[in-house]
Amino acid sequence: MTQLALVIDLNVCVGCHACVTSCKQWNTSGEAGYLSDDNPYGKDPTGTFFNRVQTFEVGEFPKTETVHFPKSCLHCEDPPCVPVCPTGASYKRAEDGIVLVDYDKCIGCNYCSWACPYGAREIDEHQKVMKKCTLCVDRIYDTKLPEADRKPACVMACPTSARLFGDIHDPDAEVSRAIRDNGGYALMPEWGTQPANHYLPRRKTTAEIHPDELTRQDNPLKVDGLLPRPASSEPALDDVTSW
Amino acid sequence: MRPAWSVILLTTLIGAGQGLFLALFAADAYDAARGQASLAPVFVAVSVAASLVLVGGGLLASFFHLGHPERAWRSAAMWRTSWLSREVIALPLFMVLVAAYGALHWMSRLQDALVAGGLAALACIALFVCTGMIYACLKFLQEWHSPLTVVNFILLGSASGLTAAAALAAWLHPDLARPYTAAALIVGALGYLTRLASLVRNARLRPKSTLATAIGIKHPKIVQIAQGAMGGSFNTREFFHGRPREVVRAVRWTFLALVFPLPALLLFAAGSSVWALGAAFLIQYAGLLAERWYFFAEAKHPQNLYYQAIS
Repeated sequence: MTQLALVIDLNVCVGCHACVTSCKQWNTSGEAGYLSDDNPYGKDPTGTFFNRVQTFEVGEFPKTETVHFPKSCLHCEDPPCVPVCPTGASYKRAEDGIVLVDYDKCIGCNYCSWACPYGAREIDEHQKVMKKCTLCVDRIYDTKLPEADRKPACVMACPTSARLFGDIHDPDAEVSRAIRDNGGYALMPEWGTQPANHYLPRRKTTAEIHPDELTRQDNPLKVDGLLPRPASSEPALDDVTSW
Repeated sequence: MRPAWSVILLTTLIGAGQGLFLALFAADAYDAARGQASLAPVFVAVSVAASLVLVGGGLLASFFHLGHPERAWRSAAMWRTSWLSREVIALPLFMVLVAAYGALHWMSRLQDALVAGGLAALACIALFVCTGMIYACLKFLQEWHSPLTVVNFILLGSASGLTAAAALAAWLHPDLARPYTAAALIVGALGYLTRLASLVRNARLRPKSTLATAIGIKHPKIVQIAQGAMGGSFNTREFFHGRPREVVRAVRWTFLALVFPLPALLLFAAGSSVWALGAAFLIQYAGLLAERWYFFAEAKHPQNLYYQAIS
């Protein structure tokens, strides 16, 4: 069984929002219709997005750290939003695990958005249907595109390659290896939703210097300078180097 | 959560309509059990009509919650998994059975009416359970995820229906006014107690999700700097009531006064005065509107953790 997902590396994300604009551009231009905006250039701009980059500050000054946190639908393996849908508009595809909304069946009751602890679903205020990340389902299977381009728009756009895309059920996939080797984790594990999308933690490159590395162990008298040259008559290890 | 008027009206109106029908059918069944047929046909007809108007009004209000009301028929599809879908089936079924009960009673086919009424009572209880479970089944809305939610919907709906039945009985069937008043007091007191229990329970809740689990960074101090949108989004509109804490507190005290204590005083003092009992129903209904508003406002959705600061 396939479970497509994104793996987002928080260690690499620089918070540039390229994934957000790329996502918006692709998904507002598709055959499923536009993503509504209100006041896009005015006061209080608002609109429907599948993907947002949020920023958090962890810790207290001066020990703070800024974390950019891209957030989209996590395509849960046990999605709480799907069983609550009264019409069956919200569904999880058996073949690749993508959670989708059938815009022609959705009645816009908002119940699925209540049932998502991550706030991944947003109603389109003009089309009055619930929308969410589709993992660019209209792109990743498009055989008219070159093979290398059959990835979600956000993954294509990321300038730092913080976003990986693939099948997390395939143990040899890049995403599975990244999760396994780099400590990939799921959001809000306490609800048992088993999100397919994973995040890779911030990783610090640190060097620990032990005190004995700061002093020369072969110089107990702490006298620096040229070592006394042994007399040439003294025994040598290899007849070239003296002791 | 943002309290939506359509849903507040839906749940309170159908609760009252269901309670009214249950009150009527209880009297009818008791009557039949004693081998009598003493219910005034006008009282039965008016009560059935009032119940249908209340439930129908709730159904009408619910359409205003939908983005695509013309597709509402689709919502009966997923009854295997969705409590909302089950409610969508139970609600019209209840209305049809109540209408059949009323029609059969009006035609004096009392035995058939009892059968239809019994089925309607079952549908009524099913509808109460479905309505409550819509909220109680959402496990991460911890304020709602409790059997008390369903119990409160049943008891408070029944209490308001019994108060309405007492008012209607005082008008059209005075013998029943006192029993209905007594029942309204008992069920109202029970509902008040269970509602207080849920308030106490919710005050002691500790949220399971924190910012640390929301973004997966183990640190006690995390603050949001930006939420990725400047002018708000669906997430900031749908899941926040946006009222000051004082307003929420005032609504709570209002409903705590109006749902039971004030109507109870009126019920005690009313005797069989139609006006006093009618006023008791209206006050209790207003209290239930406030109660339902508070029910939504009190629920804290874990997604709000991601929407703490605009930028």
